[in-house]
Amino acid sequence: MRPVGLVRGAWLVLKKDWQLEWRTRARLTATVFFSLSTLLLFSFAMGPGIDVLRAHAPGYLWLGILFASILSLGESFRVEAENQSLTGLLLAPVDARSIFLGKVLGNATLLFALGLLLLPVTVALYDVDLTRNPGLLLLALGLGCLGIAAPGTVYSAMSSNARARDVMLPLLLFPVLVPMLLAAVSATKFALMKDVQEQLPSWLKLLTAFDLIYLSVGFLVFPRVVEDD
Amino acid sequence: MSDTPAIELKDVSKRFGPRWAVSRLSFTLAEGRSLLLTGHNGSGKTTLLRMIATATFPTLGEIALFGHETRRNRAELRPKVALLSHANFLYEDLTAAQNLSLAAQLLGAQAPAAKVKELLERVGLGARAHNPVRQFSAGMRKRVSIARLLLKAPRLALLDEPFGELDPSGITQMEGLVRELQAQGATVVLATHLIEQGKALTQERLHLEQGRKERTA
Repeated sequence: MRPVGLVRGAWLVLKKDWQLEWRTRARLTATVFFSLSTLLLFSFAMGPGIDVLRAHAPGYLWLGILFASILSLGESFRVEAENQSLTGLLLAPVDARSIFLGKVLGNATLLFALGLLLLPVTVALYDVDLTRNPGLLLLALGLGCLGIAAPGTVYSAMSSNARARDVMLPLLLFPVLVPMLLAAVSATKFALMKDVQEQLPSWLKLLTAFDLIYLSVGFLVFPRVVEDD
Repeated sequence: MSDTPAIELKDVSKRFGPRWAVSRLSFTLAEGRSLLLTGHNGSGKTTLLRMIATATFPTLGEIALFGHETRRNRAELRPKVALLSHANFLYEDLTAAQNLSLAAQLLGAQAPAAKVKELLERVGLGARAHNPVRQFSAGMRKRVSIARLLLKAPRLALLDEPFGELDPSGITQMEGLVRELQAQGATVVLATHLIEQGKALTQERLHLEQGRKERTA
C-alpha cells in the first residue's frame, strides 16, 4: 500500500468533513439560524428606513457570515479533538498540509452555502437587488468565504485545545480578517449597487490577493500548528 | 530481516510543563522481536508509545525506527507503524465502515470497500458496519481500532493496554492478533498491566518507574 499524495489526501479529508456534516447537519443548522438571527437583529436595530438598510446591507450580510463562521470553524476542529482524531489522521498517515487544504475547502464551501441562503434573506429584509451583477456577486461571496476559511482554519486548529477556545478563536481571527472584511463588503456593495467608478474589479483583485496570502501562509504554518513537535 | 533495530532509543526524555514523563531512556529492540512494557499508572508507558508512534517527539534524545530518526522521517515511517491507543482516533458520527474506509483510502488500499467488509467481519462487527461509532460500547470501539490496525499490516505494532474494555472473546482474539503479527515478522510492543498474559505473548520486558527504565528481562 502506498499512502496518498497531497491533493488526494485533501480530497479525502474534505469528503470526510462533508460526510460528518451530512450525518449530523450540526454546523449548518447552527450557522443558518445564528446568521438569520443576526440579519434580523440588524434590521430591527437600524429601524424601518429602507434606504439606510439597503445601503448597509453588504456590511450586515458579511457580519452575519463572519459571526456564523466562528461557530462553523470551532465545530470543524471540535470533531477532530474528540478521540484525538486529528492525531489519528496524521498517523494514518496524511500530510498535515492536506488536512489544511481539505479543511479550508470544507469550511469555505459551508460558508458559501450559508451565503447563498442569506442572499434571498437580504432581499426580504433590506430590499437589495441581486440581479444587477449576479456572477460577480457570487465571485465576491466565494472569495470572501475562502478569505475567512483560510486563516480561520489555522486559528481554529490553534485554539481547539485551549481551555477558553470559544473566546480565543474570535480574538485571534477578527483582527486578521479586517482587511478581508473591508474588501468583501466593498466588492459586494458594488455588485449590488451602482458602480459608476468601476471599483468592483479592484476590490475583487484585492480579495484574491488576500486569499492567496492567507492560503500560502496557512499551508506553510499549519504542520507546525498540528504536529506535536 | 536486517540487522538494524526496529526501535532504538538514545537517552530519550519527554517533558510536559515542569514534569518529566520519560527520563533518559535508552534501549533497542531488534526487528521481529516483541517487548512487554510494564509500569504503574503515570510511569510513562503511553508517552513512550506515542513517541515511538511519531504522535509526539522527545524533548531530549533521539528515537530511530528501522534506522531512521523519527522527527525528520515521520512521513516515511508512519505507514509502517500502527498504534492501538487509549484514544481510539475514531469519528463518532461516522459509521464503523466509513471510519475504516477513510483509513483504507488514506493508505492507498486496493478495493477498500471489500477489505473494510472483511475486517469488520473478522472483528465481529459485520452486522454493525453501518452504525455510527457513537452508538458503540467501549469494547466495540476497540474492535474497530483493531480492524484499523490490521488494515495497516504494520512492521511495528504498538499496543497500549490492548486487552482493556474487551470481553473474553475479544481478549482471545487480541491474543491471536499479537501472535499473528509476530508470525508475519512484525515487531510488537505491548503495554499492559496484565503481566502474566503479556509475558506469554512477548520475548523481552521493559519496566518503567516514573519515566525511567527500572529493569529489563
